Amino acid sequence: MKKAKVKDAPDYRLGTVIAALREAIGSDAVLTDSAERALYRKDASNMEGRTSVVCLPDSTDQVAACVRIAAEHGVAFVARGSGTGLAGGAVPMDDAIVIAVTRMNAILSVDTDNRMAWVQPGLLNLDLSHQIGHLGLHFAPDPSSQQICSIGGNVANNSGGPHCLAEGVTSSHILGLEVVLPDGSVTILGGEDPEPDGLDLRGVFVGSEGMLGITTAVCVRLTPNPPHIATLLMDFAEVDDGANLVSDIIAAGIVPAAVEMMDQLCLVAVEGYINAGLPVDSAAALLVEVVGLEHRVAAEVAQITELARRRRVRTIRTAADEAERALLWKGRKSAFGAIARIKPNYYLHDTVVPRSQLTRVLQQVYEIAARHELAVLNVFHAGDGNLHPLLLFDKREPGIMERVHAAGEEIVRASVDAGGVLSGEHGIGLEKRDLMGLMFSDVDLEAQSLVRAAFDPHSLANPHKVLPSPATCGDIHQIPEGAWI
Amino acid sequence: MDLSDFAEEISDSGPVTIAGMSTRGGPVPGVRTVMAPSGVDWIKPEEMTVCCGAGTSMAELDAALDLVGQYVVIPPSGTVGGALALGHSGIRRLGNGPIRDALLQMRYVSATGDVVKIGGPTVKNVTGFDLCRLMVGSRGTLGLFGEVILRTQPRASYEQWYCSTGDPWNLLRSLYRPVSVLWDGVRCYVLLEGETRDVQAEASAHGLGSCDPPDLTRLVHRWSVPPASIQASLALIDAQPGGFLAEIGVGIIHLDDVAPEQSVSVQVRDLHRRIKQNLDPDGRLNPGVSVIGTQSAMSEARPI
Repeated sequence: MKKAKVKDAPDYRLGTVIAALREAIGSDAVLTDSAERALYRKDASNMEGRTSVVCLPDSTDQVAACVRIAAEHGVAFVARGSGTGLAGGAVPMDDAIVIAVTRMNAILSVDTDNRMAWVQPGLLNLDLSHQIGHLGLHFAPDPSSQQICSIGGNVANNSGGPHCLAEGVTSSHILGLEVVLPDGSVTILGGEDPEPDGLDLRGVFVGSEGMLGITTAVCVRLTPNPPHIATLLMDFAEVDDGANLVSDIIAAGIVPAAVEMMDQLCLVAVEGYINAGLPVDSAAALLVEVVGLEHRVAAEVAQITELARRRRVRTIRTAADEAERALLWKGRKSAFGAIARIKPNYYLHDTVVPRSQLTRVLQQVYEIAARHELAVLNVFHAGDGNLHPLLLFDKREPGIMERVHAAGEEIVRASVDAGGVLSGEHGIGLEKRDLMGLMFSDVDLEAQSLVRAAFDPHSLANPHKVLPSPATCGDIHQIPEGAWI
Repeated sequence: MDLSDFAEEISDSGPVTIAGMSTRGGPVPGVRTVMAPSGVDWIKPEEMTVCCGAGTSMAELDAALDLVGQYVVIPPSGTVGGALALGHSGIRRLGNGPIRDALLQMRYVSATGDVVKIGGPTVKNVTGFDLCRLMVGSRGTLGLFGEVILRTQPRASYEQWYCSTGDPWNLLRSLYRPVSVLWDGVRCYVLLEGETRDVQAEASAHGLGSCDPPDLTRLVHRWSVPPASIQASLALIDAQPGGFLAEIGVGIIHLDDVAPEQSVSVQVRDLHRRIKQNLDPDGRLNPGVSVIGTQSAMSEARPI
């Protein structure tokens, strides 16, 4: 292993780099003031890094210019959208240049017949669906942060959301990408045509957490709005009954548009927040949505109702109209805001387990939290086994963070032991980088490193993320606060 | 599934090629040939996943999945590994999705003779880079596929092909999520699936009459174009009705003649070269096979 090398502060190169960036994209788009830079040290995780300069380009050419300057000077860079990532993916390491694409937020073109659109990466997820709603189309991936997260961030993290159960996660909705590669050159990966010649470089770029380059335009697939929608809220006296119903539904050959679960603590918190008449005396509730043509929706509702009765469902509430449907979804999506009623802080986890293991792993999650004397609340994408335990705490309590991190790691290990994976939609970033060994051998990780090196031989694009790297960890001169490493 | 024998056979040196059922071009001639393990390891209907050897025939996999009312979005001919290696989607892509979305996890043997795992066994997973997407369509040039875990989908209770002489783009616009809309220049072939009453109501509202599926036997070549450019592309090569079948809304044109080469940027060619160099520096896996510029030469024998 290389001897640890402590780098000096960004030193002699920085002035030259900043001058070149100002020349390339204009002084008002280059932030160097320490207070301004501080805003870009974090994302929505609890980790923090450090940046030497922040760029706010407004075009592909400007992004390319920034990356070329970084490459010429051997300086690391990090792409950033809205900064809503939960795994530290956008936290700058090595005093990296932050390249924030928030000014690039336009819809460039829409093809309604073939249901695709070119958009800029800073466009907010929900803004896209709102702006094309009148065409009877929407962008299917719907992360809970969709009001504030960017499409570019969705691409980097291969984001999911409640409605990805039937529609698939972001990668299934990305046809092509215009990207700036780590040497500053620009090209298209994938494209409007379905089988571009060669390897699926689009596919490997999606979900690469900014480590293969920067997306500057995205060709998204658009999904027609369904003609009929049925939204059911079903509650259970036992968590197990609700969890088992998920597998029953899938095994019966039904893939609902969404199957979300909320446990009692979540129901109580949300009800106190929005007064939607949620079943607060039940152990858990499932929010199930089926969509499509009239008879299919009716048949699936009947089947799901019958399966639910066999699992001792207490009540089934069917949204009578769009307003009630919106209210039920508001309940689901307000969960994170409602938590403040219980504790001031939370740590949100993201793992996936096989659906058949939901009952067992949920039980383990409750046991782990109890052992660490932490409150835990579960609100998650049950349909695809994507758990989201929220550990609740007050960070002013001495020693609490150690317990939160210890419990979190146990939850991740329990999920992997049950045949699951480290992350379903939040990504690896810094948070789970050093847990990659739970799923992958050194040989497996080497393959990922080799592909990364093909795109970025000098490791300048978002360094130190995703891949654990014992050979270079001595070079990290700043361990971000809050990280497990 | 134990892949140690497969890895040992591939070893860490010397040119090696992989054979399936030779429905998609077969192994590289004159090179030491291996075959991937075959057989369905398990099916988990409640997870909608299946695990099998890459050498499993699609016929065997389809039959096994049929017993639980499920299927995978892989065109039904040859082996599972061969279909994934070529990466061509079937004509149900419009409604059922592309083949690249089917692969959840793979274990392949690398150029160094190691068994490498990529992806994960669950239907949702963003742990690490998505190398499964890179392997689909890589034609055995980056690793030789040993075992795969695939996403399955439930079979619809009813499906039916319909014909129409109407405008294919009108049908694409107004039908709710058709599985396939094909056009031969004169006639449209539409595949609908779902609840019987829904399908029949859609068909009657659009004046569709039931018919046999289209015959693609002679149309062994394929051309990938932006779906908005289908007509312009057909005009460019002066395609005549009967000599092609276009997947409307998708952009694949099945042709009876070799399709024009696609253009590939310098940067993309460079990335291909570097990926190959990093994963197989000696070029020992399927030597001589290129993943660029051979689109039309390696087509499906039976694209349906």
